[in-house]
Amino acid sequence: MKAKFNFKDLMRSQIFIPVVALLLLLVFNLIMDPSFFKITLGHNSAGDPVLSGYLITILDMGSELAILAIGMTLVTAASGGQDISVGATVAITGSVLLRILCGGNSRPEEYAAPLIVAFLVSVIAGMLCGAFNGVLVSIFKIQPMIATLILYTAGRSIAAWVNNNELPVISEPSFGYFGGFIPGICIPTPFIIALVCIIIIALVMKFTTLGLFTQAVGINPNSSRLNGLNPVFVKFLSFVILGVCVAVVGLIKVSRISTINYSVVAKDIEMDAILAVALGGNALSGGKFNMAASIVGAYVIQCLTTTLYKFQVQADALPAYKAVVVIVLVVSSAPTVKDWFAKTMKKVKANKEVG
Amino acid sequence: MRDKAVLEMRNIHKSFPGVRALQAVDFTLCEGEIHALMGENGAGKSTLIKVLTGVYSKDEGDIFLKGHDKAVAINSPQDAQNLGISTVYQEITLCPNLSVAENMYIGRTQGMGTNWKKMNEDAEKILKSLDIPATATQELGSCSLAVQQMIAIGRAVDMDCKVLILDEPTSSLDEGEVEKLFKLMRDLRAKGVGIIFVTHFLDQVYEVCDKITVLRDGQLVGEYEIENLPRVQLVSKMLGKELDDMSDIKSETTEYTGEGAGDMVFEAKGLCSDAGIKPFDFYIKKGEVNGFTGLLGSGRSECVRAVFGADKVTSGTVKMNGKDVKINKPIDAMKNGIAFLTEDRKGEGIVGDLSVRDNIILALQVMKGWFKPFTKAQAYAFADEYIKLLSIKTASADTPIKQLSGGNQQKVLIGRWLLTHPQYLIMDEPTRGIDVGTKIDIQKLVLKLASEGMSVTFISSETDEMLRTCSRLVVMRDRKVVGELSGEDLTQNKIMSTIAGGDK
Repeated sequence: MKAKFNFKDLMRSQIFIPVVALLLLLVFNLIMDPSFFKITLGHNSAGDPVLSGYLITILDMGSELAILAIGMTLVTAASGGQDISVGATVAITGSVLLRILCGGNSRPEEYAAPLIVAFLVSVIAGMLCGAFNGVLVSIFKIQPMIATLILYTAGRSIAAWVNNNELPVISEPSFGYFGGFIPGICIPTPFIIALVCIIIIALVMKFTTLGLFTQAVGINPNSSRLNGLNPVFVKFLSFVILGVCVAVVGLIKVSRISTINYSVVAKDIEMDAILAVALGGNALSGGKFNMAASIVGAYVIQCLTTTLYKFQVQADALPAYKAVVVIVLVVSSAPTVKDWFAKTMKKVKANKEVG
Repeated sequence: MRDKAVLEMRNIHKSFPGVRALQAVDFTLCEGEIHALMGENGAGKSTLIKVLTGVYSKDEGDIFLKGHDKAVAINSPQDAQNLGISTVYQEITLCPNLSVAENMYIGRTQGMGTNWKKMNEDAEKILKSLDIPATATQELGSCSLAVQQMIAIGRAVDMDCKVLILDEPTSSLDEGEVEKLFKLMRDLRAKGVGIIFVTHFLDQVYEVCDKITVLRDGQLVGEYEIENLPRVQLVSKMLGKELDDMSDIKSETTEYTGEGAGDMVFEAKGLCSDAGIKPFDFYIKKGEVNGFTGLLGSGRSECVRAVFGADKVTSGTVKMNGKDVKINKPIDAMKNGIAFLTEDRKGEGIVGDLSVRDNIILALQVMKGWFKPFTKAQAYAFADEYIKLLSIKTASADTPIKQLSGGNQQKVLIGRWLLTHPQYLIMDEPTRGIDVGTKIDIQKLVLKLASEGMSVTFISSETDEMLRTCSRLVVMRDRKVVGELSGEDLTQNKIMSTIAGGDK
């Protein structure tokens, strides 16, 4: 339908800001130190071929965030609020996964149950956490941030309780594949998992009406109800979907270190996930959303983190630097600034024509 | 400037992408005058008001105010307020959980401290002087809508305004409340305030206004003294064509005589919901147009909401085409071929940020279910079909519905329900708050649909609209069905006396 490429349409599209942010970060790196783009094919300690380089790190480490951004976008759109418990529920699902795999023995020689069973149980745990949040938000109409504050506070204790406060370690090397590399494949597995999630959600958006219904409920729950939708169910569903995303992230997180640290795993990831949604230009008050923009937003955040590490910013100082960049990005995507920018562009154009 | 003029707008231009909303519009308001601003939806009334109040910046033109030698610059609502231009909008924009006095002085206290005592005393004075039945310390939410509206006006007046803009202030008020509001407006006029009155109710214009300015398609049609412009002419000026006699609508259409004519489509016995109505019986036949009438708050809307399952149904049996069915929620009704156009277009009808296309397909998509989404091509085809059929004025099918004028939003919602091909269409106040042209279109559409075999329940606050369209009226009083009129009984007088219950 669009015959010619229109720069104005592009600028107005929601994905413009995160993509530009990503490009700016890459250009900055290109100027400062082109070695940022170097990708080398090496071998890891097991002797398998792996790709390494800063770009690969970004794809690798940004995957958890991208997966969470999918669920967080839906929750934001449907409920007009955010789930701040995802970091804690990642700990719960990860802990459940280890509990099933170890079967109560903290240093098992082999799996106590097949990996797929353990994973499915952890998915159910994630869905239950989501359902808990979802019931509070959709049926009891509690503000999402307050409702999810409960699991945010209690989640890590629950995670520790699941394993009797022990730290089970999996010695089986294949368990590390999910957070590292599958022998023979040189791309980090987390990125492959993220890609699979992205493809699944893309298919879901295409072959179901999830997108339309979620947006309708987020924008006007009363009209949605009179059009036969059940706003309570749609909101509830969004939290359950986020729960599935959480369980997938739990698997990656636990696999990365073959064990779990209840108080540190996925710490503060909820804030980055919310940020990814905001960077994608999605209104945090709900309604319309753009899933792709959120996912790009997630990688922008990781790209920023990796860039800062590369310039040897102290880990303690990292959040401060991040905050500065985030302020610039979020402010520049705010509607008022966009309007102002459009007006200025118009004036410049008008002046040119006169001149 | 003209003598006694408090406000003159000259040669105002304003364009939006793709639309020239105002072209060379002049407008003059004199001291102590109530001036109606009339025009169909999309004629440019709101745009003109928004330019005047600083919400939009004008592209061209000058605004002069009494007491200022040069044209004034109004770049923000704050500027407008400082210049003595106050606005009271259709939706009340006060805070219901604060007290009346707090609402009147919100944003106007100087410094950090608040002298509560003085504030309450001052508020009390204003309330008294304007004869508003409220006390300063009362919570605003506990006042009726009309009183809230009056308090909003009181607030505006106290800000020393010379120009008061009332944008559809009466659309949610009943007759007695409107009367009170008019008294207040007349008092203000006597004090020399210039009032701009925007409304869709012709009766009200003729009751209270001195002058009328008519806009059409963003252009000025003219300014008239009220006595020199009879109603019919006003309407034809707004529409830009001679009005085909509205009372003839009914005779243009033919009754449905096809298959199953006169068969019972919907039948309810002892239906009741939790919205506080008494149980009622109701039926509609194929190809019939009937209606509920009664005063505002008599339970008209609650009845049809119970039929559609929009409120929680508490008792009663329902038959659809002779078969027993259960309708507990809207989707049940939709699956049985019932469609319901709500009276609260903004709150329960449109999904504001979604496109016209998504708004049109929404109901049918919900009926089809989660796993059978329409393709983009199908959705566009549906949207284009109904945009054309109902002549909806929109830039494209992708335009967010909230950018459309009220009448066109209503048409989109009608399109949404027609797309579900209902057997039985319920329209609750479909003509409220929209322009005359669209009102007639909708009434014609109702009769056309009925002549094709659809059953329609049509509710309107304007009795003559009901008389024109309905062949049977259910009369309600105090949340109870008190009578049913059809045939020769369908006259204004008979309806009035039944509503009043005088002859019993």
